[in-house]
Amino acid sequence: MTLDILLFKATLLVYFVATLLYLIGVITRREQLGHCAKWTLVIGFVAHCATLGARWAATGFPPAASLYEALSFFSWALVGIYLLFDLRYRIAALGAFVCPLALVLMIGGSAASKQVTTVNPILDSWWFPVHVTLAFLGYAVFAVAAMAGVMYLLQERRVKAKKFSGLFFRLPSLDILDSINYKCLSFGFPLMTMGIISGAIWANSAWGGYWRWEPKETGALVTWFLYAALLHGRLTVGWRGRRAAIFAIIGFICLLFTFLGVNLLSGGQHTFRSFGG
Amino acid sequence: MHIVVVGLSHHTAPVEIRERLAFAPTAMEKPLRRILELPAIAEALIVSTCNRVELYAASKEPDSAVAALRRFLADYHGVPLEEIEENLYDYQGEDAIRHLFRVSSSLDSMIIGEPQILGQIKTAYGYAVEFKTAGLILNRFLHKAFSVAKRVRTETGIASSAVSGSFAAVELARKIFDRLDDKGVMIIGAGEMCELAARHFVSNGVSRVLVTNRTFERAEKLAAEFQGRAVPFEEFTDHLAQVDIVLTSTGAPTFILGHKQMEEILRRRKNRPMFLIDIAVPRDVDPKVNDLANVYLYDVDDLQGVVQANLKERHKEAHRAEAIVTEEIGQFHLWLANLEVKPTIVALRRRFEEISSQEMAKTFGNHKDLTDAQRKGIEAMTNAIVNKLLHRPVSLLKRTQNDASGEDYVDAVRELFDLPAPLADEAPLEPIDDDPDNR
Repeated sequence: MTLDILLFKATLLVYFVATLLYLIGVITRREQLGHCAKWTLVIGFVAHCATLGARWAATGFPPAASLYEALSFFSWALVGIYLLFDLRYRIAALGAFVCPLALVLMIGGSAASKQVTTVNPILDSWWFPVHVTLAFLGYAVFAVAAMAGVMYLLQERRVKAKKFSGLFFRLPSLDILDSINYKCLSFGFPLMTMGIISGAIWANSAWGGYWRWEPKETGALVTWFLYAALLHGRLTVGWRGRRAAIFAIIGFICLLFTFLGVNLLSGGQHTFRSFGG
Repeated sequence: MHIVVVGLSHHTAPVEIRERLAFAPTAMEKPLRRILELPAIAEALIVSTCNRVELYAASKEPDSAVAALRRFLADYHGVPLEEIEENLYDYQGEDAIRHLFRVSSSLDSMIIGEPQILGQIKTAYGYAVEFKTAGLILNRFLHKAFSVAKRVRTETGIASSAVSGSFAAVELARKIFDRLDDKGVMIIGAGEMCELAARHFVSNGVSRVLVTNRTFERAEKLAAEFQGRAVPFEEFTDHLAQVDIVLTSTGAPTFILGHKQMEEILRRRKNRPMFLIDIAVPRDVDPKVNDLANVYLYDVDDLQGVVQANLKERHKEAHRAEAIVTEEIGQFHLWLANLEVKPTIVALRRRFEEISSQEMAKTFGNHKDLTDAQRKGIEAMTNAIVNKLLHRPVSLLKRTQNDASGEDYVDAVRELFDLPAPLADEAPLEPIDDDPDNR
């Protein structure tokens, strides 16, 4: 086992522990457990940084060339963004939704082939790390928005229908969840926009064309329009609350489809196996 | 030493009896001193609230202490003991410890988790300290009870949810808005219930208050109380878009706020959420308003539902609180037992060492021709004998300190070896926290 795989497994394990702590902490409503969970997650994140560093050193390419690497990178961005949000919001319940998602991405990564993909020399430029970092940070921010959206819908249903089950006491206020939605949108949208632009520039420098309407590009553009519509609605006509939450969830599903579906179902330069091509 | 308690509470006695046996907070000195004069009682404390009257004491002979306290409670208030006998309960030892821990953690309260009881016990303890009727044991006991109560409050959700309608409204508002300090509230119709709820909102940070009423003067009067603004009743809907929370309790026979109006108001607010609390019966707001997005409409029954849910949640949390109490009882019991066992062991060892060193000095005085090596040998042998002799009693004392027989062994050892009474060495106390309760 190489160093990066070993580190990956360690990270996976730590994320697993953090997820458990978050869930137990929220279910039993013990704040201390939430703190433990956060610091566990911080340790996991450090290990994850080392994992990506080791992989980069071993392959010589930014660690986002194979499906395994991309899932791991996505998870890394998600945990990083969540920890940033935690500085501002400190909602352990959000961790109990985001952390499992990060864990699922990691488990998906561990199921994928860990073989090193060699990157076509014409693609090997500085635009590669720039493009994937921007894109994945955008993905991660939108993932947090979607999780906050799920929490919003759960909580909203409780307040509206006057059903006060255990979740009502465990979830944060609607206002906070809605403001997370807005924050995510206002950070995620520029990130995604820059991700698409940097990709286009990278494509131009590699193949001499900015846009080729391949499935992933189209998917990304559709998703981009979706988020643009939500941002516009929020700023002008006051789309918020439930509608914004639903939009964030649909947007994230589109994102996931763009990220995974396109790879699994169809071709194009963005499929990971074509990186070698 | 044992802790005993004799008392009555809302669980065992109706208010007619509780009020007859209550102690006036202004005159605690006399009863406290009288209890201390009773035989078999070393330290005393009186807790007297509207829901309970309890006498706590530290005593060597718990059974006679309980009997004396029962008699005292009746005699002091001039009530025949037979009349109140069935309303009284008493606990000793571990059960007494559990009782105070539960009472101070508000697990025994009428409304579980209500915060006043802890303050009342602190006051009661204050009197016992002032009149010097609390000594080493009760001091430690009460401090422990305070820290248990604090643990229960911070580690469980027992007091985290509101159990009155107007508080429940504030809590709900927090689940909708998170922060209230930048929110505005409108009071429609100046009913008493509305006023109370408004007061809770203002004390929880709501900064802008608008008041409207059919009689404008009444609105102005109430507005002045909240440093708010009165608006004419005819045009209150024009001002609704500025506020986030609406409290309404007019005597109007029909709805004063309909679906269409609210839709328009929400548009003006760009869908910023609104929380409407309709306390009026018949209701003031069309229930269909609740179907609008970002509007949350609660009527009296809904608020009652919240209170019920909160109470249920408190009862659930109470189970966890009981576990904490049980955990802490063990610790305190250990300390109480240790109070006797440790000094006894020290005194026992000291007694043995005294005898052995005396006898050795005598022996060495009579036999001056002993070499150093021989002296060393004799010393070693004597110490070995002492240690061997002590081994069994000391380990027995240590082993039995947590069970019922421990006390008997301590007494037996003291009697057999004529040990001095233990000095009440001041054990380190945890500081009382006097932070005022938030609620």
